[in-house]
Amino acid sequence: MDSGERDVSEVVLKGSTVTATEAASRSAVLKRLRVTDMVFHGLTRTAAMMVLALLSAVIISLVVGAAPALGTFGFGFLFDESWNPVTERFGALAPIYGTLVTSAIAMLIAVPVGLMIAFFLTELCPPMLRRPIGIAIELLAGIPSIIYGIWGLFVFAPFVQQYFQPFMIDTFANVPVLSTLFAGPPYGIGMFTAGLILAIMVLPFVTSISRDVFDAVPPVLKEAAYGVGCTTWEVFRYVVLPFTRVGVIGGFMLGLGRALGETMAVTFVIGNAHHVSASLFAPGTTISASIANEFTEAVGDLYTSSLIALGLILFFITFCVLAMARYMLMRLQMRAG
Amino acid sequence: MADSSIASANSPLYAGRRRRNAIAKSLALAATIFGLGWLVLILGILVYKGIGGISLSVFTEMTPPPGAAGGLLNAIVGSLVLTILAVIIGTPIGILAGTYLAEYGRHDKLSSVVRFINDILLSAPSIVIGLFIYEIMVAPMGHFSGWAGAVALAVIVIPVVVRTTEDMLTLVPDTLREAAASIGLPRAHMIVRIAYRAAQAGIVTGILLAIARISGETAPLLFTALNNQFWSMNMNAPMPSLPVVIFQFALSPYEEWQKLAWTGALLITVTVLALSIIARSLTSPRKSS
Repeated sequence: MDSGERDVSEVVLKGSTVTATEAASRSAVLKRLRVTDMVFHGLTRTAAMMVLALLSAVIISLVVGAAPALGTFGFGFLFDESWNPVTERFGALAPIYGTLVTSAIAMLIAVPVGLMIAFFLTELCPPMLRRPIGIAIELLAGIPSIIYGIWGLFVFAPFVQQYFQPFMIDTFANVPVLSTLFAGPPYGIGMFTAGLILAIMVLPFVTSISRDVFDAVPPVLKEAAYGVGCTTWEVFRYVVLPFTRVGVIGGFMLGLGRALGETMAVTFVIGNAHHVSASLFAPGTTISASIANEFTEAVGDLYTSSLIALGLILFFITFCVLAMARYMLMRLQMRAG
Repeated sequence: MADSSIASANSPLYAGRRRRNAIAKSLALAATIFGLGWLVLILGILVYKGIGGISLSVFTEMTPPPGAAGGLLNAIVGSLVLTILAVIIGTPIGILAGTYLAEYGRHDKLSSVVRFINDILLSAPSIVIGLFIYEIMVAPMGHFSGWAGAVALAVIVIPVVVRTTEDMLTLVPDTLREAAASIGLPRAHMIVRIAYRAAQAGIVTGILLAIARISGETAPLLFTALNNQFWSMNMNAPMPSLPVVIFQFALSPYEEWQKLAWTGALLITVTVLALSIIARSLTSPRKSS
């Protein structure tokens, strides 16, 4: 680096007065600089390519690892509920079901709450409090998922078991559909608790992205709406939300991608039972929790391969969701820019 | 005119609109309190459960066998080693790739693809990264190892650093680049001497955020670095780490282990939150100006 500095100053400072020998050394230096420039360009380009290679390698390694299981079970793997290491019969239905149900619960809670927090932060909050509250919400996103897990297992699950679940079971015992959703003994752990914890984890993502896109609404639009006498809520509901729809949905998708792939928080409280049950209070499993719980203990190639196949399915689902999210956020950016 | 506006102010329609507005506003306030409440609740209980276990022995003794007292020394050191190695492996690749996106190929076709893929990697489930490293490192080598854990974490570091490096370099005003070019500075030198220096704080922020992200990661370590009950500096052997120890101890039936798990959880959370607050304070003056 030092010699480079000298090179540059030689060229730059002695630019005007040159003798023949200096001219020769100058062209040599220039050549050296061109070479370093090319090398650096090549290096950065290679690094950028490595990002591409990384994703391809992830996909290829998962496909190769999953091949034995997918070859044995075929497409039936997706729709088979059984998960029996002894008879070596594996199916992904229960984990897929658990993943979708827990994520759905999480989104049902996090989306309205996150939107309302973003509404508060952008339209109602006193300017002095905006930054601290925003940072506090974002800190929620920074807490490692294992903390949510241990907290969920020791603090939240017992609470849900003692107070929330008995109440729900009693209340809805005679309501047709809800009685099946909220049935069974209150274990505390299960899909419902996992969904709630996921909701807390996803909340900051939904909030911060919604806040960012709400902030990007041109003030003129809002002022015009206020000018014709709209209330704060009406401005938000009929001007801000429609204007930012694409971005907000993109934000939801990012949150959903996070919820689908979340591992540790769920593993602690899901109960790891390979069953598809209608009751939300029943223990279940998700794709990521199955892998986390069983991978190191899996004996036999077919067992390991089935777990990798689960990973491949998870990657495929999240890839689609995230790709859609990025596409929508990009569309919004293009419109804004 | 004045009459009609007074009449409309008292009309049932206007009253209804005002009521809806009030309800929405209070719901928004309630939602915010709800969100902040979780943060307070989680941190509060974490401190309450974890602070009692903090003592010197946590930092000087090894993880104990079931039923005995002990500390977390090997796990803490293991986590430090894995994190540092992951940063050493991941950061250069991330910074170089981010540099390409912002400097050489800002409007390339390649860049837009890389940007898209990088965003996918940024939010890809970390357990899948664990499976990937298992497939390419653990399975061929035949054993779990510290190296595998470090590489798995590095894979998580790369997209974070790529993203922040690109964002921060894009913020550097083009006039600086043009000024450098006008005195004949080659591009590589301009980037290293001018652009990197201007974006320094932002790039460091990105690295800190990446450290914050991986220091709590558990899923990718479960079947790469695995765990180790003992002191281990051998990168070719299973390596203990704080998150995995917490996972194992929290799910165990032993009270001492559970207590250590809470203490470890508190340590990790304090570290991660401190890192993200430092990272934020590094860039915030720039944002406000």
